[in-house]
Formats: sequence, structure tokens, C-alpha cells
Amino acid sequence: MPVLSVERVSVTYRSKRGAVAALADVSVDVPSGEIVVALGASGCGKSTLLNVMAGFLKPTTGAVTVGGLPVTGPGTDRAVVFQDDALMPWLSAQDNVAFGLQMRGMGQAERRDAAREMLAQVGLEAFAGHAIHEMSGGMRQRVGLARALAVKPDFLLMDEPLGALDELTRERMQMLVLNLWQRSGKGIFLITHSIEEALFLATRLVLLSPRPGRIVQRYETGFARRFLAGEPVRAIKADPAFVAMREELSNAILAHEEEALAHVG
Amino acid sequence: MSADRGRSNALATLASLGAILALWWGVTASGLIAPLFLPGPSEVLLRLVDLARHGFVGASLLQHMAASLARVGLAMLFAVITAIPVGMAMGLYPRINAAIDPLIEFYRPVPPLAYLPLMVIWFGIGELTKILLIYLAIFAPLAIATASGVRRVDPGRIRAAQSLGANRDQIAWLVIFPSALPDILTGLRIALGVGWSTLVAAELVAATRGLGFMVQSASQMLVTDVVLAGIFVIALIALAIELVLRWVERRFAGWASAG
Repeated sequence: MPVLSVERVSVTYRSKRGAVAALADVSVDVPSGEIVVALGASGCGKSTLLNVMAGFLKPTTGAVTVGGLPVTGPGTDRAVVFQDDALMPWLSAQDNVAFGLQMRGMGQAERRDAAREMLAQVGLEAFAGHAIHEMSGGMRQRVGLARALAVKPDFLLMDEPLGALDELTRERMQMLVLNLWQRSGKGIFLITHSIEEALFLATRLVLLSPRPGRIVQRYETGFARRFLAGEPVRAIKADPAFVAMREELSNAILAHEEEALAHVG
Repeated sequence: MSADRGRSNALATLASLGAILALWWGVTASGLIAPLFLPGPSEVLLRLVDLARHGFVGASLLQHMAASLARVGLAMLFAVITAIPVGMAMGLYPRINAAIDPLIEFYRPVPPLAYLPLMVIWFGIGELTKILLIYLAIFAPLAIATASGVRRVDPGRIRAAQSLGANRDQIAWLVIFPSALPDILTGLRIALGVGWSTLVAAELVAATRGLGFMVQSASQMLVTDVVLAGIFVIALIALAIELVLRWVERRFAGWASAG
């Protein structure tokens, strides 16, 4: 099974106030079967990191590889789920899910069946013909997930996919992500600014700190696997180990932010 | 509440139309204004029926309408075929925009009547000049609307398509074009309004048929009721075009207003 590798990537933007380092010397591996979550406050470069991994953005130095081969641009081996869904609003839910299959020239009947099956996996089989504007934010993100999974990628890159959802929908989506992950065994890279979400979803967690964006801590966590083993979500999130780690991460983020501010000041 | 408001709005529209009609009837029936200057509503209506039956200056009303609609229709067809790809290219490539935009912005504000004489010198007094004049009037607003629609496309949508394996052409025609379609259709609606109003100017030149020609020759012969009837027909067709295009917008770009 392949590994998506970010190797010593730096990204520098040119701005009016000179060069701005969005990412400095970031290395992270996303093996198949792992959920790597990048956690950080806004401005820590986590979206930049995802854009580099997706191939939307070329790193200033360093490289991204899949199975040892360098990434030169976007590709269906690394499907992306966007924060603002980025669906095609003139297409039905089903045609949105089938979009990637249409791009590779799959016949209409075949891709309709495939899209129906993906919609069923995210619990939207009854909404295949619905227009996007008839759906709630949570449903749109499910369509986005189904669309990404439909092209059978090796990796799923998720850019704060649950950021705009309300608390209850969010938790339901977290469970859906874990169930889909278990069924597909893909490598997932997910970014979030929610500590609880990061802890619950990650098998590996990297903590990013801003100015310049860099990885300051790495953790291995087991809460996602405990959920899949059958433990209820409420019990996991109330577990003292979960709470303690949440506090630790919270303190770490604050400490690194103060350090960064002191550095600038 | 809103049904009530809708009804009272409709009432206000009917009241203002009725008042104008009553005023028109009053000043003509009382002999305050001579029929040469303003024939009464009933005369204009009768003239309209007569125009439909017997025609005017060598062609029936239907033939005049067909001639005008054919000119605008052909001009629109050519404009859609050319202005939308040009507008797409302008929106996608800043360099193409830099090359073409000044040309469009140079001729767009010039009234078509001002460059009509030049086109007669270049292209003669046949159909080509008439259609070209309307075409030019439609081209500019349509190309500009297309370009701005293309520029407003959400970059996230393009990235999504890229990561789903779409190539350049697929992104252009399956993502950017449908994204810009609401703007393109609005542009087409505005452009056709401009095109239709250029019609009369185009038909001033050696036409033998067409609504603009009919009104123009009626005015020279001081047949005021034909002038008025012709103006009403021109207005009604403009309204019909507007309504059809609004339906097209709702049908093919309804998602844009549905949010």
C-alpha cells in the first residue's frame, strides 16, 4: 500500500511586505489505513499544506511523493473534500457524485449506478435526484465525500470539511468519516482547528504552529480505533484520557502561540 | 399578506394603464388633438387589424415582423456563437482580455447610428449591413457579461474538478461555462434589448420590409395610426423576448438564485 509523503516542504509567498513563510520545513507521512490529522489555529499554514499535497500549489522547496513518485499536480489518487463543499450547483446530487467518473469517460448508466452506490454509503440514497440548494450543509458535505470516494482514490484530503456544521451534525459526520475509513482502508489527511475533532478522528496527530507554519508536536492516538471497536462516542469523549489529552493539546497550542508572538515582538 | 400585496400591486398597474388609456381616449374623442398628431385608441386598434389583413407598403404585418425577427435572430445567433467563446477567453486569459477589451470598450458606447454610415460605405445597403449593425450591438454586452461571469467562478470549484481528473477542456465547458451561465443569460437578455432597439436604425437603410421600415415610411407619409400601431408591435415583441429569456434563465440557471 502506498504512502503519501511530504518531504521537507517549505512554501514562501511574496507579498508587499517581503517574503512570507507559510510553511517551513514540514515533513509528514500519510500511510494507507491511517488518519493523519493536522491541528492548528488559523494562519498556521494547514490549508497551504493540504493544497501542496493535493497538487494545487507547488512547494518552494521540498517535495510531495506518492509511493516514491513525485506529485506534479492534482490527481484522482488524492481526492479532496472542501470546507465549502465546492459542489456543482447545477447538477443533482447524483450527477455531482458521478462527476469524476464522467471526466474519465465512464458511460452514463454505469456511472449512475456507481453514484447511487456511493450515495447509499453516505446515507443519501433517497436524495439522488435532489438539487444541491435543496440540501443542508451536512448533506452537502456527504455529497462531497461521496464524490471524492467515487473516483476510488488512494488518499482522501479533507480541508476542514466539518468546520461549518453545527455541533450535532458535526459529531454524526465524524462517525460517518470513521466508518467510511474503516470500510475503505484509505489514507486520510484531515485538517481542523477543533481539538476534540482532531483527537477523536486521528490515528496520528500533528500539531502546527503559525509564523512560519511548522509541525511542533506529533502524537499517536487510539480513540478512533476504540470507536470503531464499538465504544460509544460519548464514552470516548468523556474518558479521562481523552480529556487530559485535550487539555494538553490546548496548552501546547497556547504555549506555541505565545512563543511565536514573543518571537515577533 | 403577500397575496394581498400582489393583488394591490396588480391593481396599481391596471390603474395607471387605464388612466393613460382614458386620457388618450379623452383628448382624441373630444377633438382636443387632431387625429393627424394622435389618432384615438380605437383607430389604432382598427389599423392594427387592417395591417394584419392587408399590410402596409407592400408587405403584410406578419412579413414585416418576420423580416425584423429574422435580422435580430441571425445577429443573435452569430453573436452567441462568437461572443461567448471570446468572452470565455477574455475571462480565462488576462492577456487576451488586455488585447480585446479596449476594442470592445471603444466601440460599445458609440451609438450604432453613428457608425452606420461607415458600414454602408464598407458593406453596402444590403442585409449584411443591417445584420452586422445589430450583431455589433449584441456582441459587446454579451462578451463582457461572459468574461465577468467567468472571472467570478469559485476557484474551489475548479480545484475540485482538477482533483477529480478533469482536463482543461472539461474544466472550461463542464465547470466554468455552467458556472458563468447565469451571467451569460443575463448578458444575453440585456444584449437582445439593445439589439432590438438597434433594429429601427438598421432598417432605415434601403429596407423594403421590417417593422422599423414600416414605422419610418408611415411617418414620412404622415399615417400616424400605423406609426403608433408599429410602435406597439415593436414594444410587444420586446416584451415577449424578455419574458422568454427570463423563462430560459429560470429553467437553466435557476440554481443561481435558489442560493
